[in-house]
Amino acid sequence: MSATDATPAKSAETPLLEIKNLQVGFQTQRGMVTAVNGVNITLMPGKTLAIVGESGSGKSTTAHAIINLLPGSGRITGGEVLFEGRNIAALDEGQMEKIRGRMIGFVPQDPMSNLNPVWSVGFQVEEAIRANGIATGKQDVKKRAIQVLSEAGLSDADKRLKQFPHQFSGGMRQRVLIGMGLSSNPKLLIADEPTSALDVTVQRRILDHLEKLTRESGTALVFITHDLGLAAERAEQLVVMYKGKVVESGPSREILQNPVHPYTQRLVAAAPSLASRRIQSASKPLEDLGYEATRVTEGVDLIAAAESRVDAHAAAATAPIAIAVKDLSKVYKIRGGKGSASTLNAVDGVSFEIPRGTTMALVGESGSGKSTVAKLLLRLEDSTSGEIRIDGTDTAPLKGKSLLALRRKMQPVFQDPYGSLDPLRNIGNTIAEPLGVFNVGDKKSRRARVDELLDQVALPKSLVTRYPNELSGGQRQRVAIARALALKPEIVILDEAVSALDVLVQAQILQLLSDLQAELGLTYLFITHDLAVVRVIADNVSVMKSGRIVEAATTDEVFGNPREEYTKELLDAIPGANIPLGV
Amino acid sequence: MRSAGHFVAPLEETPIAAIDDVKVAEKPSNLWIDAWRDARRRPIFWISGGLILLVLVVALFPWIFTQTPPNDQCFLSNSNGGPDSGHPLGYTKLGCDVYSRIINGTSTSLSVGLLVIVLTTVLGVFFGAFAGFYGGWVDATLSRLGDIFFSIPYILAAVVIMSVLSQYRSIWTISLAIGLFAWPSTARVLRAEILRVKQADYITASEALGVSKLKILFRHVLPNSIAPVIAITTISLAGAIVAEATLSFLGVGLGSDVMSWGNDINRAQSDLRTNPMTLIYPSAALSITVFSFILLGEVVRDALDPKARALR
Repeated sequence: MSATDATPAKSAETPLLEIKNLQVGFQTQRGMVTAVNGVNITLMPGKTLAIVGESGSGKSTTAHAIINLLPGSGRITGGEVLFEGRNIAALDEGQMEKIRGRMIGFVPQDPMSNLNPVWSVGFQVEEAIRANGIATGKQDVKKRAIQVLSEAGLSDADKRLKQFPHQFSGGMRQRVLIGMGLSSNPKLLIADEPTSALDVTVQRRILDHLEKLTRESGTALVFITHDLGLAAERAEQLVVMYKGKVVESGPSREILQNPVHPYTQRLVAAAPSLASRRIQSASKPLEDLGYEATRVTEGVDLIAAAESRVDAHAAAATAPIAIAVKDLSKVYKIRGGKGSASTLNAVDGVSFEIPRGTTMALVGESGSGKSTVAKLLLRLEDSTSGEIRIDGTDTAPLKGKSLLALRRKMQPVFQDPYGSLDPLRNIGNTIAEPLGVFNVGDKKSRRARVDELLDQVALPKSLVTRYPNELSGGQRQRVAIARALALKPEIVILDEAVSALDVLVQAQILQLLSDLQAELGLTYLFITHDLAVVRVIADNVSVMKSGRIVEAATTDEVFGNPREEYTKELLDAIPGANIPLGV
Repeated sequence: MRSAGHFVAPLEETPIAAIDDVKVAEKPSNLWIDAWRDARRRPIFWISGGLILLVLVVALFPWIFTQTPPNDQCFLSNSNGGPDSGHPLGYTKLGCDVYSRIINGTSTSLSVGLLVIVLTTVLGVFFGAFAGFYGGWVDATLSRLGDIFFSIPYILAAVVIMSVLSQYRSIWTISLAIGLFAWPSTARVLRAEILRVKQADYITASEALGVSKLKILFRHVLPNSIAPVIAITTISLAGAIVAEATLSFLGVGLGSDVMSWGNDINRAQSDLRTNPMTLIYPSAALSITVFSFILLGEVVRDALDPKARALR
């Protein structure tokens, strides 16, 4: 290389964004809490980088620190954020405003709350355009707004301008927000979990769209996510964060195929998308994989969990039927405008059977009616027509004592770990409540049973006198599982029971559920929107769409040989398809 | 094996912890314990609490503070007289001791305040809880009933009731008159909170266990919705004390034989220019008491709200 070449070559190597030893703290009652501790990130122009980590790892805080929009009492306490070589962490608010939007765009996490419901979508897009000085003059601004919306992939953009956010679906809103973020052709776009609130198929389309737009305009992308599979699929560079620090960073594929830091190894082992892709790409049946978790990934390795499950379930195929549902329907009346009433078929002729001791996954996107099926099974709502038989008994006519007997046989675990326990009752009383309702045993034997249950869900007995606010989400779900098991039910209905948890915790709970099933011979109905999780936990899968079951078969069949277009679409939406993974 | 761009933090700097380890504080905590721990760190809590305690002691044991009878031993020769020995705040127009009248009037104000909040809480919790929890036509009926009471200003209603019941004026009737029209705000706050709480998964989990609706309401829903009611109750106690004084001032409150700050303020107004202190002293007693309850109400409200706690 000659001396004359050196200068341009060097300038081409100037990173667009360079974060050096970034420190972010939050002021709390107990003093300064460090959320980000010495983070270094380098991003070249036009490249894509993903920050991955569990909740509380500091990934979102890092992203917000780049544009100095930290929530609450947070502020940058040290380090530099160099944007094109200029330290933007030191800029005042006025100078920063010129950079936000114009040079660095931002796509927020929750599309539902980030558009103002009282203004039309057009007004908000035009506001962004005017604020960033992309166009002035009423006609120009409007023209540009229409352009933004049509680039965002909305048909009839000029009509859509006059509509309000509530007339848009979640995916459409996120398209609008992405369009707004990209409206001024920024050099960098920060997307903070842009699709975590959306259905998987919508997520895929939005990310494809985002990828296309950023590629066309040469915009660099910083992408925050908790899903390692998604990150590796969408980004060239990966940054893995843990407890406010970067534990591993580098080219995505290399990290995925050869994770070095134990934390990254755990993440790779626990990511459902990667596990399901790996099981699928292996040419052997699951039970012949001979896969073993390492010391580091013990307890969170999903492939190992799936394998041990399959081993334990070899004999379950011929078991008697525990739940039989036939032509189940539920019709809701919806109050329409001007007193007119219409109906909604939430569940429309659903039939399935679950053999005892097995797991059936009911998969569908939001609004597919899967949770309504759970409510009907639990007799929290009455069906409009059809039949539910539990161990051969029709549940519809049950009342009083026989209904209580049914409830004793079948218990639910719900999604929201923060809402599933009464915050004012201690863990012991929460788990013992079912025993009280059914007058099981005396005080002493109840206490013993609570201890036994805590042991079964791997929680210390000392928690008995503690309250839910001291527990993490995963621990709360364990308590909820313990409460569900208190009466020794035969059937447990898991309604998105692991969906709200971080991947490592999710993997742990999945392992726990599968151990409990083997130990107690439980029958699970596993309701989820995440097909990837299904691969490792279920024996059979039923795919629901608009209140109907569109495909039902064994898990191997559904994954290996899907018949319906919709199932294929769901399977394709599992991230990680284009990443070559060794098993 | 590793490319140049592949950075791995040294394991000593970033040790990994056990996944989802159980970490509990030394002492158990829940909403009420946390609230207490928060409140006791705030000076305002101790100041307002101390003042309220003082007011309570004065109301229960007035003889500790003064031996002078408030109504007897009034000599017209002392009319509107200034302070002298044993009578630190001077005399009223009728020559009665101002200090003694304030001390002996405390229990009246406080009794009315307490009786009113008992009444508003009982009515408010009943209407609010059933309306919010059962919904549907129960909610529609109870809420509209509440709206009817809410639409009538309670001072106005109390004036009317007290005028009609002029022969039966007592602490009981005045409390009834105020409380009967003051409960809808308690009911509304509770109803809104119950609508939020009853959506929680732990309520559905109890239903799936077969716990009866009424038990769910009293065991799970009410305890989790009562915090804002407590905050509003402390403040409405202050409102009730003011209402009693207002009614007495307007001449439709307690009989002239009952010792009451409102009555004294009423009687002192004619001498505002010549002897303003006879009006200012009972007014100050009223203000300090009301102020203490409002301060306490705010501390309690903040302490029971985890979001407000985090902001401080």
